[in-house]
Amino acid sequence: MGSGIALVAARAGFETFLYDLDGDALERARGDIRSFLARSVEKGRLTAEEGEAAVARVVATSDVDELASASLVVEAVFEDPDVKGELLRTLHDVCPATTIFASNTSTLSITELGARSGRPTHVLGMHFCLPAQLMKLVEMSPGLETDPDVFRTAWELCEQMGQRPVRTQDRPGFVLNRFVVPLNNDAIRLVERGVAEPAEIDRAVKAGLGYPLGPLELVDLVGLDTQILLAEALYGITHDPRTACPPLLRRMVAAGRLGRKTGRGFYEYSGRTMFGASG
Amino acid sequence: MTGASVKLRYFGPSASLPETQTWFAERGAATVLVLAGTGAGRALPQVEPSRWTCVLVELTTECLGLYHDEREGSNVLGFARFRLGDDATSLVEVVRQRGTSEAAVAAARDAFGGLDWEVAVCTDVSGRIVDRLLRPYLNDALTAVDEGLASAADLDLTIELGLSYPEGPIRLLERTGLADHALVSRALFDAYGEPSLVPARRARLALERTRLG
Repeated sequence: MGSGIALVAARAGFETFLYDLDGDALERARGDIRSFLARSVEKGRLTAEEGEAAVARVVATSDVDELASASLVVEAVFEDPDVKGELLRTLHDVCPATTIFASNTSTLSITELGARSGRPTHVLGMHFCLPAQLMKLVEMSPGLETDPDVFRTAWELCEQMGQRPVRTQDRPGFVLNRFVVPLNNDAIRLVERGVAEPAEIDRAVKAGLGYPLGPLELVDLVGLDTQILLAEALYGITHDPRTACPPLLRRMVAAGRLGRKTGRGFYEYSGRTMFGASG
Repeated sequence: MTGASVKLRYFGPSASLPETQTWFAERGAATVLVLAGTGAGRALPQVEPSRWTCVLVELTTECLGLYHDEREGSNVLGFARFRLGDDATSLVEVVRQRGTSEAAVAAARDAFGGLDWEVAVCTDVSGRIVDRLLRPYLNDALTAVDEGLASAADLDLTIELGLSYPEGPIRLLERTGLADHALVSRALFDAYGEPSLVPARRARLALERTRLG
């Protein structure tokens, strides 16, 4: 997800650092960004010069000190409060006091992340939708301690990136995941109970409701492991039975069926390209 | 175009195949029998299924098992064109039971495929596929607005932009009928007893208003 967000920022003209400790992951992300922008040029959405300039604006790094010059940091690490909290604390030591920290979390409390960061007034939620390079919506949520001026500045930056921010409250799942996680779980339970095959469920939802993707296609795109994390995070707070992780999902992840990223989930896939980079 | 030749018989008004239209072109000897209308299930004892490749019985919210018990090699299936309020969609949900023959399922797909409908096959459960997924989501959306998570307009916009759904849940409910949603959701709650299927406050009130006249 981080590469998609970096692409959005770079495409809009921002000098962008793409930070990851894993050098291979950084290389893959750079390749994905390059492929996506090349395809955008082929489709006439960007000129060749604009595409090359956007690629050049992305600096891939594994050195956190390079982020010291950033005015906005969007973190998109593992959906775990300890992992995110540790990163935000590190960034707090590296970045000037004016740097705004945005979390791409889709389930965790912004107020709690702010408290862990050391600068709660400068932390807010900025949840991009998958795939970020194609989807305009960003759910923006202030925490209890977020400075309104900081929130306004981040909102403007979001708009300058060409995105469409929508204000949501700091509640579990905000708006999107509150609805989509249990809906996806319900669809997985239909498979689990043998009510219908994944393709039948997805076909029914697309034809009956006009959705662009069926729920199981969406889970494959997001990742079955991510669906587990989202479900666990929501269930841990809400105890809503619909958010409880279906056992089938755990079995599939145990078998390495994580969705598109491993080539097998509820469907089988060949090739690995950034969504929207082909076709 | 379907390869199946279909005979269509009506037993009352049909929501899936209204009599005002011609649905199946008659070609040669029919191999598929479609029983349409609100009385289709009760009419099933009048037909001899073994004369047909498959017999398709129109359903509303009820299960096929109400009219036909499960048996190995059965060629009787249920069907319902999915509707939201008065709006018919291109989806037809076809209901099979344990033991239904694959040949009968294939014949059902073939028959409805000829109408350029999307066919989704599922087992004989209340709500089939779409209502089972949709109704808890719609109840939760109404509850979220009641709880102040977002305004109805912002909630719809977020879902339309974030998930590329053609319509947010509140707009969908207002267009297709809150009372109709309450009726379907209540039927599912009666079947499953799950709290997420209890019609949400606003839908429940809409249904009560229709009863008050």
